[in-house]
Amino acid sequence: MSTTHHNASGAHGGADEPHVHSHDHGHGGGAPHSTLKGYMTGFVLSVILTAIPFWIVMGDVFKSNHTATVVVLAFAFVQIFVHMVYFLHMNTSSEGGWNMLALIFTGVLVIITLSGSLWVMYHMNANMMPPSVHDMRNMP
Amino acid sequence: MHETANTTSFLFGRLSWDAIPFHEPILLWTFIAVAIGGVALLALITRLGAWGMLWRDWFTSVDHKKIGIMYIVLGVVMLLRGFSDAIMMRIQQAWAFGDSMGYLPPHHYDQIFTAHGVIMIFFVAMPLVVGLMNIVVPLQIGARDVAFPFLNNFSFWMTVAGAVLVMLSLFVGEFAKTGWLAYPPLSGIAYSPDVGVDYYAWSLQIAGVGTLLSGVNFIVTIVKMRAPGMTLMKMPIFTWTALCTNVLIVAAFPVLTAVLALLSLDRYVGTNFFTNDFGGNAMMYVNLIWIWGHPEVYILILPVFGVFSEVVSTFSGKKLFGYASMVYATVVITILSYLVWLHHFFTMGSGASVNSFFGITTMIISIPTGAKMFNWLFTMYRGRIRFEVPMLWAVGFMVTFVVGGMTGVLLAVPPADFVLHNSLFLIAHFHNVIIGGVVFGLFAGINYWFPKAMGFRLDPFWGKVSFWFWLSGYWIAFTPLYVLGLMGVTRRLSHFDDPSLQIWFQIALVGAVLILFGIMAFLVQLYVSIRDRARLRDSSGDPWNGRTLEWSTSSPAPAYNFAFTPRVHEQDAWADMKQRGHRRPTSGFLPIHMPKNTAAGIVLAGLAMACGFALIWHIWWMAGAAFVALVASAIAHTFNSDRDFHIPAEEVARVEGERTRLLAQQV
Amino acid sequence: MSTTAQMASNAGEAPVFYLTEDHHPENGTLLGFWLYLMSDCLIFACLFAMYGVLGGSYAAGPGPKELFDLPLVAVNTSMLLLSSITYGFAMLEMQRSNKIPTLIWLFVTGCFGLAFLGIELTEFHHMIAEGAGPQRSAFLSSFFTLVGTHGLHVSFGIIWLVVLMVQVGQRGLTAVNQRRLSCLSLFWHFLDVVWIGVFTFVYLMGVLR
Repeated sequence: MSTTHHNASGAHGGADEPHVHSHDHGHGGGAPHSTLKGYMTGFVLSVILTAIPFWIVMGDVFKSNHTATVVVLAFAFVQIFVHMVYFLHMNTSSEGGWNMLALIFTGVLVIITLSGSLWVMYHMNANMMPPSVHDMRNMP
Repeated sequence: MHETANTTSFLFGRLSWDAIPFHEPILLWTFIAVAIGGVALLALITRLGAWGMLWRDWFTSVDHKKIGIMYIVLGVVMLLRGFSDAIMMRIQQAWAFGDSMGYLPPHHYDQIFTAHGVIMIFFVAMPLVVGLMNIVVPLQIGARDVAFPFLNNFSFWMTVAGAVLVMLSLFVGEFAKTGWLAYPPLSGIAYSPDVGVDYYAWSLQIAGVGTLLSGVNFIVTIVKMRAPGMTLMKMPIFTWTALCTNVLIVAAFPVLTAVLALLSLDRYVGTNFFTNDFGGNAMMYVNLIWIWGHPEVYILILPVFGVFSEVVSTFSGKKLFGYASMVYATVVITILSYLVWLHHFFTMGSGASVNSFFGITTMIISIPTGAKMFNWLFTMYRGRIRFEVPMLWAVGFMVTFVVGGMTGVLLAVPPADFVLHNSLFLIAHFHNVIIGGVVFGLFAGINYWFPKAMGFRLDPFWGKVSFWFWLSGYWIAFTPLYVLGLMGVTRRLSHFDDPSLQIWFQIALVGAVLILFGIMAFLVQLYVSIRDRARLRDSSGDPWNGRTLEWSTSSPAPAYNFAFTPRVHEQDAWADMKQRGHRRPTSGFLPIHMPKNTAAGIVLAGLAMACGFALIWHIWWMAGAAFVALVASAIAHTFNSDRDFHIPAEEVARVEGERTRLLAQQV
Repeated sequence: MSTTAQMASNAGEAPVFYLTEDHHPENGTLLGFWLYLMSDCLIFACLFAMYGVLGGSYAAGPGPKELFDLPLVAVNTSMLLLSSITYGFAMLEMQRSNKIPTLIWLFVTGCFGLAFLGIELTEFHHMIAEGAGPQRSAFLSSFFTLVGTHGLHVSFGIIWLVVLMVQVGQRGLTAVNQRRLSCLSLFWHFLDVVWIGVFTFVYLMGVLR
């Protein structure tokens, strides 16, 4: 992968820069080196991964909406990964792994917030707003 | 006629003379007292000619130690306000029985309990915690400042701006009457059409920006700026808890920002997030705000766990027992604190599956906390314990906090919670953990690190007086509330019918008065210590025989903290250096690169405050102008490239030479 | 640093407790900015959760099927995607220290961003004109807030882009400016990631609902 070996190239900035006043010498100070190949790979993959779900929904490809939802979500999930790797240059070594750690932690919290809220509120609606008076009478 | 009315409402929005509470004698007298005090203070500063000094050396300072001290001053000032609210409530509840309605009308009482909660959490506990972290963390990790010194200054002033807005609500308009979390639909525009909730939302939004940025700042500081050799598992435990706290801040405060923004949209734009009609769902507000709210309590308690760890280890003269388990317990609490939020609203009716999940996670979270308690006890076991003031607070904490923790586990059981929810039992529980935990910890920390920040110790006698008043006051004030809660008395009531309850509230009032003495003793302690600073002077830099790096430098620490960056080999780096006979270098000083002071922080925060005030009062032109000015000043600040300077080597040599002289006198 | 470490490992000698040379910690701006982005991510998580819970509460008003114009959303998505790759090109030019090409690609990026905003505002305008404004139902409140917050981020991104173009123009690709461009790069690509969530969760799944 093009993005994995950028840290080996070490110091950027430095010789070709007019001021070397600030504090970043060496790795970790600036952005990781990215390559045209990396960006283009990411772009092409993104276009594909965007086009397919739009096609699925607009063209009514699947009979069941449920299947379509799952497939569309799966594509989004993959595309987020593509963006993370090729555009945001995520890897386990940048900033000593702290970037990745923060991302994983945030991902976990996003999942907790989203799924937790949906779960909790779904159950509240189910228990507290029964569809009819009859159901309400038969509640435990 | 109509024309002038239009012009006035354009110029002043909802603001008019009616907003000033001339008809409320209590507020009017408070205002007069505050005004006289304020004018006297300003006159004193002017007479001392201290304005230039304050502006240059403090307000615009980017030095983490000074910012920390300013945070603590803010916290103590707001403590006085928050406590005034508390004792007013206690008097009202001890008084208003049967025919007597007490002295506070309900609409005023409701503002007081809201303001009490908001101020104590956001403008007392948070500034004190952040202040301690500011003073201590860079020193403990052997750094010269935080990662983003300007942002640190900006964060402080944003917190001040929020506090000023809350204080302003006392005299201009009114504060929210909704309780400290402002649940809709009560806080919606239909039931709270006046400015109270807007004051609440905007002051928290503005202060929240500051808190979030300081969270980012500290994480980067701890990750990037530790002295060489200080691996993660060699970090002082307070730094560890500060790291976890700031992770929680960065991960939790955006949720508060989002949920308050949604509430504001409901109020300003007429959206239907939390309304009763058009498909809104008020319980979603409760759900989201507790996703922030539960981590928030750990944001407050984790750093004081760190304080107690440092204090117990120092005053037992031993390494902390179970350092690694302490770190793991802290990390586990950090993650678990995101999985328990629903225990604040078991009674919402999500049913058995949801409630049991959150009940069990809540009970699990008490395990790492219990592990910490045993670690402190085992640290003290066979130690040479010195009962200095910080250690007293630590022991008082252990006794008090365990009870609070256990009543918390009771509340974690959903069926028990259905009985105790919204009762005074809950009030007693969280005051038990917040006073017995956070407040005691903050006093321990202030007493412990005061010499490092100011150069002289706090007077121990008045410290002990303060401690005993607080401890006995806490128990006498809140034990009756446990009893009342078990009898089914609900919270936030300004009047009672059942005369048999009155005696409990009167006992609670006695406790509150004792706490008042505790606070006064603390103020006397400050006064006496400043008066006797020569006697209490700490010229060694290490008054308690400390174990971590902050005690290796002078008290107060020089602007650059360390003339030479320390190199760490062991946990408790300073104890290691003392034990293995380090030699303090006295020559070969280098110029030290430091950030420059800047007024940008105070200017930006002032504009944010103006913008918030204008939004509260619907003064749209001013809100727009202030916002544009805010963005423009922020952009202008990015064009300023003159941000740092060097302290010359001769200056460093002079300061260090002075310290050499003082140290020589010691022996 | 390596010499001090060696000396410490020699058990016999007294270890070195002070560094005699200047110690410069690594710059933390990019890490700090990334942490800020993570917090922003959680703001969006709340707004997504809000949409997830209230997205079906139409209050007898119009639903996604009547309101969403998927071809327009597809065009909009492509604008953002194109702006991402052009920002990438700007970063590549920055690495080669080519000031003018960097500025040109930044300009192109800004144009795509403006196009995105323009299309989004058109969409909002149409919906509001049809009586489907944010006040109409909880579904629309959460839709406008989620998509609008993303749009607000893009707007601030564009302002920031302009400021950085001025600064690069004035001072060239200095270390500070390179770092700032890297931060904006993270911001810009992050907004693209959020948009993946928006078009999937809001638009596509809304129509499938």
